[in-house]
Amino acid sequence: MLASLVVLGILFPVLRVLGAARLERADLVINNGAEVSSLDPAAVSGVPEGRVMYSLYEGLTVRHPKTLEPLPGMARAWEVSEDRLTWTFQLREEARWSNGDALGAEDFAWSWKRLLLPETAATYGYQLWYIEGAKDFTQTPSNTPQDRWWFDGERYLHWSAERPESLRAGLHRFGQPWRKLVHEPGSREELMQALAAQLGRAELQGPGVARRNPALFEAQAGAQEPAALLSKDPYFGGWLLELPLAGRSLAEATRGWLPEPEAREELFWPRVGIQVKDAHTLQVKLNAPTPFFIELVSFYPTFPVHRATLERARREYPSTWQVEWIKTGTIVTNGPYVITERRINDRIRVRKNKHYWDRDNVAMESIDLLALEHYGTMLNLYLTGGADWIDKCGPNLIPRMLPREDFTPVPYLGTYFYRINVHKPPLDDKRVRRALALSIDRLAVCQKITKKGELPNWALCPDNLPGYQRPDMPHAPVDADYGNYAAALASDREEARGLLREAGYGPGGKPFPPIEILYNTSEVHRDIAEVLADDWRNELGIDAKLLNQEWKVYLASQRSVDFDLARSAWIGDYADPNTFVDLFVSDGNNNRTGWANADYDALVEAARVEPDKLQRLDYLAQAEAILMDELPVLPIYTYVTQNLVNPRLGGFHENLQDDHFPKFFYWMSDAELEAKRAAQAPGQLPAEAPGPSAGLYSPNQQRAQQEAH
Amino acid sequence: MLRFLLRRLGLFALTLLAVISVSFFLMRSVRGGPFSSERSLDVVVERNLEARYHLDWPLWKQYLQYVGPVNMDERGPVWLGGDGTDALGGVLVGDLGPSFKYKDFTVNDIIAQSLPLSVALGSVALGWAILLGLSTGIASALHRGTRIDLGLRLLATAGIALPNFVIAAILILVFVFALDWFPVAGWGTPAHLILPGLALGAPFAAYISRLTRTGMLEVLSEDYIRTAHAKGLHPRTVLLRHAIGGGILPVITYLGPATAGVLTGSLVIERIFNIPGTGSHFINSALNRDYTLAMGVTILYTVLVYSLNTLVDLAYTLIDPRIQLEDS
Repeated sequence: MLASLVVLGILFPVLRVLGAARLERADLVINNGAEVSSLDPAAVSGVPEGRVMYSLYEGLTVRHPKTLEPLPGMARAWEVSEDRLTWTFQLREEARWSNGDALGAEDFAWSWKRLLLPETAATYGYQLWYIEGAKDFTQTPSNTPQDRWWFDGERYLHWSAERPESLRAGLHRFGQPWRKLVHEPGSREELMQALAAQLGRAELQGPGVARRNPALFEAQAGAQEPAALLSKDPYFGGWLLELPLAGRSLAEATRGWLPEPEAREELFWPRVGIQVKDAHTLQVKLNAPTPFFIELVSFYPTFPVHRATLERARREYPSTWQVEWIKTGTIVTNGPYVITERRINDRIRVRKNKHYWDRDNVAMESIDLLALEHYGTMLNLYLTGGADWIDKCGPNLIPRMLPREDFTPVPYLGTYFYRINVHKPPLDDKRVRRALALSIDRLAVCQKITKKGELPNWALCPDNLPGYQRPDMPHAPVDADYGNYAAALASDREEARGLLREAGYGPGGKPFPPIEILYNTSEVHRDIAEVLADDWRNELGIDAKLLNQEWKVYLASQRSVDFDLARSAWIGDYADPNTFVDLFVSDGNNNRTGWANADYDALVEAARVEPDKLQRLDYLAQAEAILMDELPVLPIYTYVTQNLVNPRLGGFHENLQDDHFPKFFYWMSDAELEAKRAAQAPGQLPAEAPGPSAGLYSPNQQRAQQEAH
Repeated sequence: MLRFLLRRLGLFALTLLAVISVSFFLMRSVRGGPFSSERSLDVVVERNLEARYHLDWPLWKQYLQYVGPVNMDERGPVWLGGDGTDALGGVLVGDLGPSFKYKDFTVNDIIAQSLPLSVALGSVALGWAILLGLSTGIASALHRGTRIDLGLRLLATAGIALPNFVIAAILILVFVFALDWFPVAGWGTPAHLILPGLALGAPFAAYISRLTRTGMLEVLSEDYIRTAHAKGLHPRTVLLRHAIGGGILPVITYLGPATAGVLTGSLVIERIFNIPGTGSHFINSALNRDYTLAMGVTILYTVLVYSLNTLVDLAYTLIDPRIQLEDS
């Protein structure tokens, strides 16, 4: 009796789970590599998230799967003004949301406002800061119930009862960067005058006390890094007004003394350069000519979200709306596919969106995006036909995969490098940094450790940015086939030893203090750090120790520049050198080396406002040349892609950004596959190319129809 | 019985509170936060993100908010300065909070999605572990000192010594690539659970086998077994009616923690076979600094271990009349 109860108790959940789980194989199965953190385009950053975004949403433009050139998306046409500052997008009238609602310029304006609102806390909100007033809109104080504003079109007064006992107020100029405020706090008189003016009095007789903001005062005295301080007190200027509340509420305390606050959005939004001209025309004004802006509007942070769904969730579920509007079955999107199934750590199943404007050119009826992280498992699944494209290949298996036709790595927009703490002696000496950079055997790293055909790199930018002449750090020239690599390396190392002697180290000089190489837990990072340590020990006599930290701890160390040398990498957001060069401006969030150079900042700024394309790239190249002379970073190599793709998958192309768009995917016919194979380089091992005819896939009438056209 | 259960319940509340408090403060003392990434956030954005999850509050207030039962934020009761839209919240009312990493889900959602799968996988693993472990253990004990005993003990030692990912790799090589009997990974049909179940249960089967053998040997040398034999009972009756009950007591003790272990500790197997159970959350939530999810699975584990141990204690009295609850 008991036994049979136990057996039933076990069998029931097993059967229930299995019953609920049964899904037919999708037309296309992709390994997405990780569970995505959200389906909200404003909340995500990361490659796996990107693939889901490109399936479910569409921006103003889409990109060509091979060349990445902008193609019409939600916008059917666009034009840019002579001065390259005003962009006008014509949205297509037939654009619909996945529930059939019409989609227009208003949807984009609202979604972009949402992206920029500080309370959305969008990771990638800064992608729209190229728009006039957008950055200030995000950085003006947050919209908590304690915050109040008053705005005269130029300056705004912000007050808040953050602490229960007193009210604080600060005066700011709209459009002035916070960091400038730190160094040039508004005067006490200005604050008092502003308060008085808006009270309609000649002079302020309020009960408060104005005093220097201690946090910002310290910053002026150079006691702390401005960035560290801003995180403490980013919202108040150099002068604070403190008013005891004495137990009263903020409204009570300021009644008749400070005016009723206005809604923040109404105050600041009109000053942001996003305008709805008519139902299908969106106009955007930029701060400066931004040649890559047209790429940004195809990048997922700028994708629209469905306002009605979100607002309904907010009304119906005041406490849990953040997870309600995005539930499968509730969420409304505008891309080529809609989500039908979502299981954490398992898969996202999408099916074709029947309201999508270009539905006739969407071939796959359904796609599965799996969340496999284990190298062995994804390869097993791929080799047994369970997945058609896996985005990673385990390092041990690369030599065996390289000869295959379905594994063709190409360089893309990513650089592997080391950051140096330039304030830590002896690394504060540029000669020492250059000596370290010159003595690294980059080819050994690429050929013996990473093995996929990565390119040794002597600059921050990869070598494949269109139109850009990358300035390498000065080093002995190396042939394209690396024929003279050994000789070039030997001469570089000779120079390195000389530099170190010049700096006063080595035989006859000071002993070189031991240095630490920081990396995050990973076999490949460890192996590369070992090569570097060996090179420096053998060539320069430097004692370099390895320091391994778990990912989040490593990030914290990097952020506080608490290291000697730290492994780093950067994947470009768009195909322009700015995405790399911009990292190392003096107060850059991602600088993390302590390096600051006024000439560099000036060149990056000059490039930002330069309308002429060539001149602009030239400024950026000059800036990168300064970086490669000063070397707060040690470039190592350029990344390559590592996709294993069913050769029959059409619409998939290896490209500069390793971005792939499910909209374009289809299954090739035998004839097309033959033609493709005939065109590719000889000697590649053919791989199995199962397709709809293998019986694995649902009938693909759409593609047949297309071919009939 | 009722007194026993009530006392257990009281102890359970205390244990749970201790576990929550210690792990809450321990986790917050670790370096690195849930929102750090290769790309630094703008300070203002970061501040707003922290505000959204109340990370800008003093730690004691965050702790009270997490434990509940009263919501400390703007939705909380009016007497705490809130607007009263949602006065209750926190663990005490069963709300484990939103996940920091998987922003579209609450921790309750995540556990509700993954636990049934872990139960399914764990049932298969434990089921065959018990079946195989008991039968080989009994056979070993009955044939003590023979080649059968030696062979089975060797096998059991191997099962304990080999890590389950090695067993998984062997199973995949044989049953997927050589024989093509089972799918390589994923879930959805009973066939998907066989290989991971085998791999997950193997060490448990081996351990149960050894426990059974030891227990049975001890019981078989007891006086009452000799008496039973002397009465002229059939050897099978002696074994089934008199020996097994006492012989498998150590196994019963082991089943409590084993069940909890199988349900929650299947990280490696879940990864290799891509089964989205709870196992991976135990490690990943800590690595991601997903505070609420890490707390959620810690609480889940505490509840599982505690209730399974209580069940084990209850099972003792059913099997061995010499044991009474009041003594335990």
